[in-house]
Amino acid sequence: MRVNHPTRAKAVLPEGAPLLEIADVRVSYGGIKALKGISMKVMAGEVVAIIGANGAGKTTTLKMLARLLPVDSGTVRFRGEDVRDVPTEEIVARGMSLVPEGRAIFPNLTVRENLELGAYLHRDKVTMAETMADVVELFPRLGERMVQEGGTLSGGEQQMLAIGRAMMARPELLLLDEPSLGIAPKLAAQIFKAIRTIAKSGVTVVVVEQNTRMALGSSERAYVLRTGEVALEGVSAVLAEDPEIQKAYLGG
Amino acid sequence: MVAVPDNQAAGASRARLLRLGAMALGLLLFIYVARSVGPQKLGETLVTGLTQGAMIALVALGYTMVYGVLKLINFAHSEVFMMGAYVGVFVLGAIGIANPLLSFVCTIVVAIIGSSLLGITVERIAYRPLRGRGRGALVRVTPLVTALGVSVLLQNAAQLFFSARYRSYPQLITGSMDIPGVGPVGKSRVIILVVAVLVMIGLELIVKKTWFGKAMRALSSNEEAARLMGVRTSWVISSTFALGSSLAAVGAVLFCIDQSSVYPTMGTAIGTRAFVAAVLGGIGSIPGAMLGGLLLGVLGELVKLSSYSGSIDAPVFVVLIAVLLVRPAGLLGSNRAEKV
Repeated sequence: MRVNHPTRAKAVLPEGAPLLEIADVRVSYGGIKALKGISMKVMAGEVVAIIGANGAGKTTTLKMLARLLPVDSGTVRFRGEDVRDVPTEEIVARGMSLVPEGRAIFPNLTVRENLELGAYLHRDKVTMAETMADVVELFPRLGERMVQEGGTLSGGEQQMLAIGRAMMARPELLLLDEPSLGIAPKLAAQIFKAIRTIAKSGVTVVVVEQNTRMALGSSERAYVLRTGEVALEGVSAVLAEDPEIQKAYLGG
Repeated sequence: MVAVPDNQAAGASRARLLRLGAMALGLLLFIYVARSVGPQKLGETLVTGLTQGAMIALVALGYTMVYGVLKLINFAHSEVFMMGAYVGVFVLGAIGIANPLLSFVCTIVVAIIGSSLLGITVERIAYRPLRGRGRGALVRVTPLVTALGVSVLLQNAAQLFFSARYRSYPQLITGSMDIPGVGPVGKSRVIILVVAVLVMIGLELIVKKTWFGKAMRALSSNEEAARLMGVRTSWVISSTFALGSSLAAVGAVLFCIDQSSVYPTMGTAIGTRAFVAAVLGGIGSIPGAMLGGLLLGVLGELVKLSSYSGSIDAPVFVVLIAVLLVRPAGLLGSNRAEKV
């Protein structure tokens, strides 16, 4: 996987500065306080998981980062820049791509068109062809289905398409919302394998996941959210051994 | 979980059966009509019907594209069509028809510019401030009522400024030509049909091949995802209004060549039929609007062959209702449920 788009300036971060830093962020959702002051740091190259029960604020956190939900208070810094008030349309240009919950592919566009739209801001033909070759290498199934409409793919294939589409923008930070939701276990394992490949190529990954075992197994660090607050944070391997986590999220 | 594909398969085969049935029925009807009127008359009817249909389709495309990106029925579209016709008549009045081809091209170009500006302005002033405002049903209903209001406003503005009288349109293209197998057909008809088809081919290329077209289809498919790709919603919406209004302007100039009169309420007549065509073909579907328009045009002319002498709109609506009963999403509309 080739990463870092040639036309986008690479992040010049001071030594030890996080790629993404959110501090005391509060978000409300139709009168309900969904995030009650969460803080997180993600270093460049890391794979970070966000886990927690339904309604804990995992999806809200990602939507907030992609600027799909307004921030009530707090700071959001990406590559050292304040992105709190940047519109969604510009977030991808800054190097952050979200794979939304439920995949949100374009069902009546072909697989190829879906992928091309991922490169909407980087239309350079050569770069696009290179990236597309990388995506097809990552998900060979997509290569076989290029001319099919996205809506005709299976759930797992749609998830591959959604991730591939996000990768077409060659993001520095990939945000994944529930990539295994509603997908056959075998395909989910394949998708997580692809996520690890993406991470190895140098892309920073933040993944929200219901499947706690899978999330902790493929991430380096994790945040545990509980009713809109960070309840626990730490190294994934350590959290996986935590009796409290095992009881609450790993089924004993 | 296992039942889902079975259901889908059953639904698909039932739909195929229905489609075959409808086609067979249509073919039988067509053969019946063809036998009763003879090939000569039938050819003439078909050419006239396709001409009418092509103009309806041009206007229908505007409804369907705006619906695609905004999920709004832009009732003001018929008035953009009417204004396009007025721009055309004024341009022709100013430059004369010494050189018919040049006049024709100039008229179309100026009408396109005028209508696009009007379409963009209507969106900026009337619809954009309402976008994303309100709660629940109001998100959709408020712009809809606004669209009706803009339609009434524009129609009355035309009456106020241009007066309610019928203005005659100069005869740009006269004479007829022989088409093998059909016989003599008015030259204007042929030109209308050719121009309309060329415009639709051009549209298909824009929609399929350009980044604007891809952005537009992405936006109608899933707005949030389109924004995540970096698509600027406002820009795409404005461009869609411009494109839809341009097609209406072409339709308007062609309509005037065919009917040779311009009046403030002319938008309502063709607008209603174009809207029906868009719904018939599946609102939001571009090929659907083309198909719907052509079908309505031919249908209207076929009805004229019969002894029925009432309003042409009655059989048109009967067909619409019949189609919607069988295919609620229209002929080519997508009724695929979203996978969650």
